[in-house]
Amino acid sequence: MSRQTSRLDAKKVNSELFTLTYGALVTQLIKDVDNVDDVNKQLERMGYNIGVRLIEDFLARSGSGKCYDFRDTSEKIQLATRMYLGVSPTISNWSPSGDEFSLVMDSNPITDFVELPDSHMGLKYSNMLLGVIRGSCEMVQLEVSCWFAQDQLKGDNTTEIRVKLLRKLEDSVPAGED
Amino acid sequence: MADPVFFELLHAQIVKYVEERQTKDTDLSSLDTIGFTCGYKIIERLTRDWPKFKDELEIVKFICTDFWMAVYGKQIDNLRTNNQGLYVLQDNMFRCLNKIAIGKEHLQVAPLYYTFTCGLVRGSLANLGVHCVVNAEVQNMPSVKFHIQVNRL
Repeated sequence: MSRQTSRLDAKKVNSELFTLTYGALVTQLIKDVDNVDDVNKQLERMGYNIGVRLIEDFLARSGSGKCYDFRDTSEKIQLATRMYLGVSPTISNWSPSGDEFSLVMDSNPITDFVELPDSHMGLKYSNMLLGVIRGSCEMVQLEVSCWFAQDQLKGDNTTEIRVKLLRKLEDSVPAGED
Repeated sequence: MADPVFFELLHAQIVKYVEERQTKDTDLSSLDTIGFTCGYKIIERLTRDWPKFKDELEIVKFICTDFWMAVYGKQIDNLRTNNQGLYVLQDNMFRCLNKIAIGKEHLQVAPLYYTFTCGLVRGSLANLGVHCVVNAEVQNMPSVKFHIQVNRL
């Protein structure tokens, strides 16, 4: 029954499975919840829950130490995007105070095969990614705010996520993920 | 490209979401639907350049070997059939369950974690022309037996 080498590329399959599962999830959310804003919030919340766990896997795998400044953090986020999404984003548009930057992706793997219908233009389809960034940063004592500056699903050329450092968290993380 | 860990975490979140929303104790149909949609779509892409399957058994064997390897990193450990449309696929180290418990603990949460896969298998088979019902049973974590009952008209 077993074959030595499979003709299926496991990484590619995983990537597509993730994309399709995410799409099915969004469809289910839209069916369950009428309000597009609530869907956005739900996606962000799920992303947050994923982020708080993903950071541990990232730290274990990359063997990274503490970040000295926010630029270090941006490089780690870039590395993580490469590890988990399989795309290499670029960091750009640093604010003068060094607390805000852009993560620019030429392609967003979770939106492969996706088109946004006109009736759902308010949907932030990739909102989960913002939650993942927020959740993982919170676990390393950084409170950040993220939003989409550009979104290929809405017709822009690239997908640009803007990440802003709000403050460093002291000691305990707020209790309760939800 | 993408990492299996990310998918596992996404799966866990979907399970949590469905669990929170279910009004009756055993209403996991949305999990099954999500799995079905994924399976239906992904199998097209996976088998695009694949040679034609000779018969139903070949299709099930494909699911047990290449498909399971690509999705879960291992093959199905045991396949049994009664040659009349019933197939039992046994995975002794099911990835979605192996971090939860070993042995007879927490058996009641197992359905939450295998329902998506049941849907995935059902969707994949459906798009390959095999219409069936897929269930699963767990007697010992993390070993799962998937029961595929093919609708033979």
